[in-house]
Amino acid sequence: MSTDDRTEVAPHAGDRAVPVPHAGDRAPSREEQVLDRIERARRRKAKVREELITLAHGAGGKATRTLVEDVFLDAFRNPLLEPLADGAVAGELAFTTDSYVVTPLFFPGGDIGDLAVNGTVNDLAMCGARPAYLSAGFILEEGFPLTDLRRITASMAAAARAAGVAVVTGDTKVVQKGKADGCYITTAGVGTVDPSLRLSASAARPGDAVLVSGPVGDHGVTVMLARGGFEIEADLTSDTAPLHGLTARLLETCPGARVRCLRDATRGGVATVLNEIAEASGVAVVLTEDQVPVRPAVRGCCELLGIDPLYSACEGRMIAVVDRDAADAALSALRSHPLGTGAAVIGRVAADPPGLVLLRTAFGGTRIVDVLVGDPLPRIC
Amino acid sequence: MCLGIPGEIVEMPVDRPDLAQVDVSGVRRAVNIGLLEGEELAPGDWILIHVGFALSKIDEVEAKAALDFLESIGQAYEDEMAALRESMIDKG
Amino acid sequence: MRFVDEYRDAGTARALAAEVAALCEPGRRYKFMEVCGGHTHTIYKHGLEDHLPEAVTLVHGPGCPVCVIPMGRVDDAIHIAGQPDVIMTSFGDMTRVPGGRGSFQDAAARGADIRVVYSPLDALKIARDNPDRRVVFMAIGFETTAPSTAMTLLRAEAEGVANFSVFCNHVTIIPAIKAILESPDLRLDGFIGPGHVSTVIGCRPYGFIAEQYGKPLVVAGFEPLDVLQAVHACLRQLAEGRAEVENQYSRVVPWDGNPKALAVIGQTMELRPHFEWRGLGFISHSALRLRERYAAFDAERIFDVPGGRVADPKACQCGEVLKGVLKPWECKVFGTACTPETPIGTCMVSSEGACAAYYNFGRFSRERVREATRR
Repeated sequence: MSTDDRTEVAPHAGDRAVPVPHAGDRAPSREEQVLDRIERARRRKAKVREELITLAHGAGGKATRTLVEDVFLDAFRNPLLEPLADGAVAGELAFTTDSYVVTPLFFPGGDIGDLAVNGTVNDLAMCGARPAYLSAGFILEEGFPLTDLRRITASMAAAARAAGVAVVTGDTKVVQKGKADGCYITTAGVGTVDPSLRLSASAARPGDAVLVSGPVGDHGVTVMLARGGFEIEADLTSDTAPLHGLTARLLETCPGARVRCLRDATRGGVATVLNEIAEASGVAVVLTEDQVPVRPAVRGCCELLGIDPLYSACEGRMIAVVDRDAADAALSALRSHPLGTGAAVIGRVAADPPGLVLLRTAFGGTRIVDVLVGDPLPRIC
Repeated sequence: MCLGIPGEIVEMPVDRPDLAQVDVSGVRRAVNIGLLEGEELAPGDWILIHVGFALSKIDEVEAKAALDFLESIGQAYEDEMAALRESMIDKG
Repeated sequence: MRFVDEYRDAGTARALAAEVAALCEPGRRYKFMEVCGGHTHTIYKHGLEDHLPEAVTLVHGPGCPVCVIPMGRVDDAIHIAGQPDVIMTSFGDMTRVPGGRGSFQDAAARGADIRVVYSPLDALKIARDNPDRRVVFMAIGFETTAPSTAMTLLRAEAEGVANFSVFCNHVTIIPAIKAILESPDLRLDGFIGPGHVSTVIGCRPYGFIAEQYGKPLVVAGFEPLDVLQAVHACLRQLAEGRAEVENQYSRVVPWDGNPKALAVIGQTMELRPHFEWRGLGFISHSALRLRERYAAFDAERIFDVPGGRVADPKACQCGEVLKGVLKPWECKVFGTACTPETPIGTCMVSSEGACAAYYNFGRFSRERVREATRR
């Protein structure tokens, strides 16, 4: 594994030239020159060019990121927000929020209520926090059946109990028929975290191991099929689950700074999370295709529909980047937990090329796993 | 757009002669077999699926021949590499 | 997955790659064009080029049906989508193609009802389920997909689904290949032939390429070993001084094609006198439209489409990329003004477009990528 840096990689600065290593220090080819120019263009500060919001802005990929940086970060800028992590950590307090607009509301393996609790619990868990309290805001559509609402709140209650959290405050609004698609839920969560923990997407270092806690893409494909219109029958369920027990097990086993970063792979899938880490840390993430666990049914659906499982949302899976010497212990820790039985080491961190995720294909070739563009699966969580 | 996937026919509903239930890696979909009119189709046959239609019946004899050829290249290569390694060991 | 996994085996790939390298004449360079967008996608998705010797270059051809749709036709489709009570249905890729005034996605943001479907039959179902709406199917694709549109039309007719219509943009592959062969800027040694188009038209139509132009054409499957084997077969032909049409994809492609598929196309559609292809200009007898008999299902007749010609933006070099004259990175706006999120041209939009494939999968210096991924 190469850890030698033949160049210094500039942190992501606007137009400053990024010195680029070239094999053997020969002059770069025309193609390399063009590619370098493109890399510089990509590092420029993102600006939203559209005048109207499109579905791509909600996909979790490039457009979402641009929107968040250009509009929200720009307006609210402060040190706690800057990292744009799953949650904000201030001292011993971790705080997060998430909105749920999934359609359909009920799908195999869960419903919007499960997602609303588990999703926010997971964002806290990814900060290394022990989740404690949730708030729940409901936007309900006029005409929404009470039986459906009770079903959703029952799921939320059960999920909260299973996760050891309490829903302690909330809000309800009703909007006219036609706005809100039944029910939208926003949850916020607070938890306690050990202030000495330094989990961060910018902490990955060359040589680190990249682990996933189980097979990827289940939720995204399940919801897409549940929408109907594809006439596909598959034995698939959403993987929605609370991961704080799993993260606690991992952090106990690998103390100190050996766990660099934890991220749950939701919208945009594993590929999106890994791109964020690669960019924030200024490193490359190199995946090995045949080590990434994918259920056969997920693979079958993805082949049929032309989707890449790496971009399909999960709701109960996390990525862990750990020090290479802790990789074995981390893998055993994950596998010892019921939610991590399918855990695997799927790649490693390299110094170069920075900011990219690469894949060694099962065929023996290589390719880039780029940031998601557009929205192959809208309204997935 | 060229997306065509091989799938195995698992069921041929009597009430819908234009359809077949096809399995792709454990996932099932009804596929219109109207374009294969005149072909003998039965559960266990493999077909190529494109946008909900069967475009072609997969010829298992041809498939086997193709794989055998590829495997033979693979085997010849393996044999060659083994011989190469052997000869290097001998040089020790 | 059967019939898939076997054709992705890395060990066999290395072996076949060794044979490919052995067939290359020392000092000679080879250029093969893969016509189909699906092949372009396979090549990049699996990193096939890592198995090819330096001497062999793959040139990407115009066989991406989304890529060749001119901006004017997109505008026409958006015009239709904007009519009262219309539900526009389309394959996913198509929704991001930019016309003169934005894409389907942009039209959706402005209020149009645009729905992604997997099959034209799904569009027909939407029509049945929504009798008070006018459902239009944006039909694109080569001869691979035209039979499915045709079967759906026949079904619509049989069932009397009067609110269903098709906006037909099907194109045919042979004229596109001819345009490539006549192009003065390009010297090719052979072709990786279309796979799924050939299940419909068979292998005979490619005969003129071998007989009149003296180039080998090997019809190939879509798994990476299929494409690699097709490269091998082309090289072997060249080494033996032959130029023939070969069928590597014989497990799926019948030499004589699919007579029923050809029949239903003929029943419902006819060749347009000419049609504009993005980047290739007007080509005669290269596209299909609905026959008079099916006028009631022809969106072009039902809705008064503007039918305007929209010139490609000056900066756009899709034409040259589609003809294989330019590699994606050689286009002046590749990766800077033209990216997957802000595409100027269609080559950057479709997952099979050469530019999108290269940008998404191959964008980095192959040497640095190889360094990083070496065990």
